[in-house]
Amino acid sequence: MTTAVQSDNAPGPDQAQPPPQAAPTATDPEGYPQTAKERWIRRAPLLPALVFTIIVTQLPFVATLAISFFNWNAFRPDDRRFVWFDNYVNVFTDADLRKSVFTTVILTVVVVLVSLVLGLGIALLLNRTFFGRGLARTMIIAPFLIVPVAAALLFKHAIYNSTFGLLNGVLRWFGIEGPDWISQFPLTVIEVQLIWQWTPFMTLILLAGLQSRPTDILEAASVDGATGWQTFTNLTLPHMRRYLELAALLGAIYIVQNFDAVFTITSGGLGTANLPYTIYQTLFTAQNYGLASAQGVVVVIASLIIATFALRTVSGLLKDEGAK
Amino acid sequence: MTTAVQTAAAAPTTATATPPGGKKSNLGWLATTATWIIAFIFAAPILWMVLTSFHSENDATQRTPQLFAPLTVEGYRNFFGADGGASPWPALINSAWAAIVSTLVVIALAIPAAYALSVRPVRKWSDVMFFFLSTKMLPAVAGLMPIYLIATRIHMLDNIWFMIIIYTAMNLPIAIWMMRSFLADIPRDLFEAASLDGAGLLQTLRKVIAPIVSPGIASTALICFIFAWNEMLFARVLTGVVAETSPVFLTSFVTSQGQFLAQVCAAATVISLPVLIAGFAAQDKLVQGLSLGAVK
Amino acid sequence: MCLPAKLIAGVGALSLVLSGCAGAGGHSSSGRSINILMVNNPQMIDLQSLTAKYFTAETGIDVNFTVLPENDLRDKVASEFTSQAGQYDAATLSNFEVPIYSKNGWLLPLDSHIAGDPEFDQKDIFPSLATSLSGPGVNGAESSVYGEPFYGESSFLMYRKDVFASLGLTMPEKPTWDQVADLAAKADRTFDPNMRGICLRGQPGWGQVFAPLTTVVNTFGGTWFDADWTPQVNGPGFTAATQFYVDLVRRHGEVGAPSAGFTECLNATMGSAVSMWYDATSAAGSLEADGSPVKGKMGYVQAPVKETKSSGWLYAWSWAIEASTKKADDTWKFVSWASSKEYEAIVGKEYGWARTPAGKRQSTYDNPEYLKAAGAFADATRTAILEADPTNPGVQPRPTVGIQFVDIPEFTDLGTKVSQYVSSAIAGQTSVTDVLNQGQALAEKVAKTYREA
Repeated sequence: MTTAVQSDNAPGPDQAQPPPQAAPTATDPEGYPQTAKERWIRRAPLLPALVFTIIVTQLPFVATLAISFFNWNAFRPDDRRFVWFDNYVNVFTDADLRKSVFTTVILTVVVVLVSLVLGLGIALLLNRTFFGRGLARTMIIAPFLIVPVAAALLFKHAIYNSTFGLLNGVLRWFGIEGPDWISQFPLTVIEVQLIWQWTPFMTLILLAGLQSRPTDILEAASVDGATGWQTFTNLTLPHMRRYLELAALLGAIYIVQNFDAVFTITSGGLGTANLPYTIYQTLFTAQNYGLASAQGVVVVIASLIIATFALRTVSGLLKDEGAK
Repeated sequence: MTTAVQTAAAAPTTATATPPGGKKSNLGWLATTATWIIAFIFAAPILWMVLTSFHSENDATQRTPQLFAPLTVEGYRNFFGADGGASPWPALINSAWAAIVSTLVVIALAIPAAYALSVRPVRKWSDVMFFFLSTKMLPAVAGLMPIYLIATRIHMLDNIWFMIIIYTAMNLPIAIWMMRSFLADIPRDLFEAASLDGAGLLQTLRKVIAPIVSPGIASTALICFIFAWNEMLFARVLTGVVAETSPVFLTSFVTSQGQFLAQVCAAATVISLPVLIAGFAAQDKLVQGLSLGAVK
Repeated sequence: MCLPAKLIAGVGALSLVLSGCAGAGGHSSSGRSINILMVNNPQMIDLQSLTAKYFTAETGIDVNFTVLPENDLRDKVASEFTSQAGQYDAATLSNFEVPIYSKNGWLLPLDSHIAGDPEFDQKDIFPSLATSLSGPGVNGAESSVYGEPFYGESSFLMYRKDVFASLGLTMPEKPTWDQVADLAAKADRTFDPNMRGICLRGQPGWGQVFAPLTTVVNTFGGTWFDADWTPQVNGPGFTAATQFYVDLVRRHGEVGAPSAGFTECLNATMGSAVSMWYDATSAAGSLEADGSPVKGKMGYVQAPVKETKSSGWLYAWSWAIEASTKKADDTWKFVSWASSKEYEAIVGKEYGWARTPAGKRQSTYDNPEYLKAAGAFADATRTAILEADPTNPGVQPRPTVGIQFVDIPEFTDLGTKVSQYVSSAIAGQTSVTDVLNQGQALAEKVAKTYREA
């Protein structure tokens, strides 16, 4: 099904348009230019962005790769030497790094899944007409618009604090003395803060997905006497699959890299150190450039493997569109 | 319908299927109540932050929430340096500058790139998209150290222009991704008409495409602005005295000087305000932009 | 579509507002300015507030501060000085960093500046501090000064006299840790249901939980390393001390102990959430400051001991000038002003003498004005600082100096990692034995490089 978002500008469900047939120059049967000159003219608009991205994101990585073969601790400037794979041996024997891989996976999976489910529920609730809908939506979106480090500070000091935090303060109204949330449930409190911040993001994407459902089919289903649940599982969910996948993909991209919340709320303590935090620590606390680079390289390779799988999702979408 | 999930899921679909102003069932009323409760839960931490920011430090650190404590702007006065502390203006200006300029550059680079990936696509355009997106999946922290060393060598440490370059690279993939989908959304007839008119590339861009994609540009710009404004990891490593950005400035507010809660809440409120205002003003575009960007 | 237009208008308006403010907020350009990186302790915040009025007005030198929480500061300082990035002219280092950094040539020797500035009175600085802020000699000197203390501190035990009196408890002049544990049990939630027995740091960070904990380890007969670099992290002394510390804080310690550092303990003490607190002597300045709710209610005794005679640490937040600075003279002017007797008097006048950054100069403790305001803790502070011996803090010889730290660059990482494990033990996630076995393995890696050398 090649349904697409209905937009004011481009009505009509058929988004799978081939490249323009009436291109000004000769093209091959697939619509691509045949002469080298024409191909370069096509590439020209792309090049600035591509070159810029390669320089700023790929060159540093080449440097990282090179440094990872050196024994390079900034505290010992006289002892910088080529050591082959020593740093990699350390990476693979480092229990802390293994643990932080595990923490990163847990953190990402929990936050993405919970925000997705919550986001879908909230999107469904918001996709109705009711009094004050605009205000309710604004209130739900707001957490996404709070600066992450501000949100982390807010949760650490004003919400979770066992003495004067909002959470225990409200519990005290009911005569309950709450626990010290951060030290009792360190990873959970970080997850909750991130879920609070990312659910609105998921909601936004899914809401647009819901609004793009073809109304005629929904009406037909309603006329046919389908129950709400049947409509949901048979029509809404299949339609929403791509929106869910892409919300998950975008969410995961940002949450895997989360640094602010871990850094602010627990300083990486109590088993909450994730990969970005661990590498940061090797880099800036230990000043061990060699080891940190090796950690970085290993993580990059691992992310590329995972990303290839993740990108298959995207690839499916692009192919759908590119298919003729 | 027995479970809560069912009610929650079912109500809206029927509601959408029903024209506005149609029958309102008990179920709808229930769903509306649930929506408001959820909305309140999500907004509560922010409301609490704003309320606390107007309290005295003493009221802010009581054991039970002081909803009706007298209001004061002491926290804001302290944040703006009334007690001799550093003024937040340089940091706010740096953040605004870095976020706005990097967003403009991102848009300027992303539109032509997106054009070459959708309207007149290059061969293997989907591979190029993969490449852009994959740069977002690499842990940024892995590139941090070489970037720091480079910045030191070329004397660009603590320079806001360097941050602008970093933020441009950081947001470019997402922007290209979003812009590409907006462009792919434009009916091809329009381009054909334009080319028949003999309009050049620039003319086509300006006269035909720009008006149609401007909502898309706006929402892409908003997303880039938000991410650039929010960034902290690179800023804390690469900036210092001159180019310090707001998130970094914020962390310096957690002092060991006893009570600081009201002041931190005031600081967090002020620093989030630009994003909040922009986001609230453009939330419809945000919904559209994110989803279009995501799904095409 | 009016939205993009609105957005553009909004951005335009914003930039107008911002540029309007730039004049007010931007750095003024008198030409002479220096950049200072410092920790955000209360003493430094006071300094930040007083600089414009008392320093810039006198000298015409603008001072730009970057103020960071302790753990952040250490990371930033390390990157700045190891790469000699030149972003800052001076920073607050401590007697941990100064010996290491000066050996690598990252700090500016201050001898010539000191010699040319007799008013600064270097001889007035406590000798133990001056020694621990020294490094390789330049110009034929045996050793040179690389740091000037802003304030010096040891550690001691603070307690609520009023609470102890009402509970009928007595604090010995020189308590032992067993006595303290006993007192903590008796004062735990008995005076007030919200008041715990004792506050001890539990926050990860070598400068956080391991500052007090290493002093406990020392006096329990433990050490990080033997004189020949054999790690002793899971040795009997270290284990007994850590077990004692973890048990004490879990049973009778403050709420939220695993994330409680100096700041949290200060707040807990001021908020009457604990009846005792073992921490830096410099805390007393905040506790006795005007407006403090516990002013006048606190008693101060020496650090609790077990097998050693005394057990306080020695620490000094100190100014060190980066070797690559181009503004050495202006920076020295600032450093010598901030560490001077004159500055102590300015704080005394503006904020009260109790808040003055003390613990570094003999003359402070001869000053009747200071003694009047800080009488409650002045003597205990000076005794603690003078009794601290960085070369021999425990029961066995050590491979290097340091009381609450081991003075090697690897210690920041080692201490921080082990502190994260200890913090987990305080939270009840793991056992002390596991924690210290993990710590031993890390310490072994570090020790290897030194044994080879």
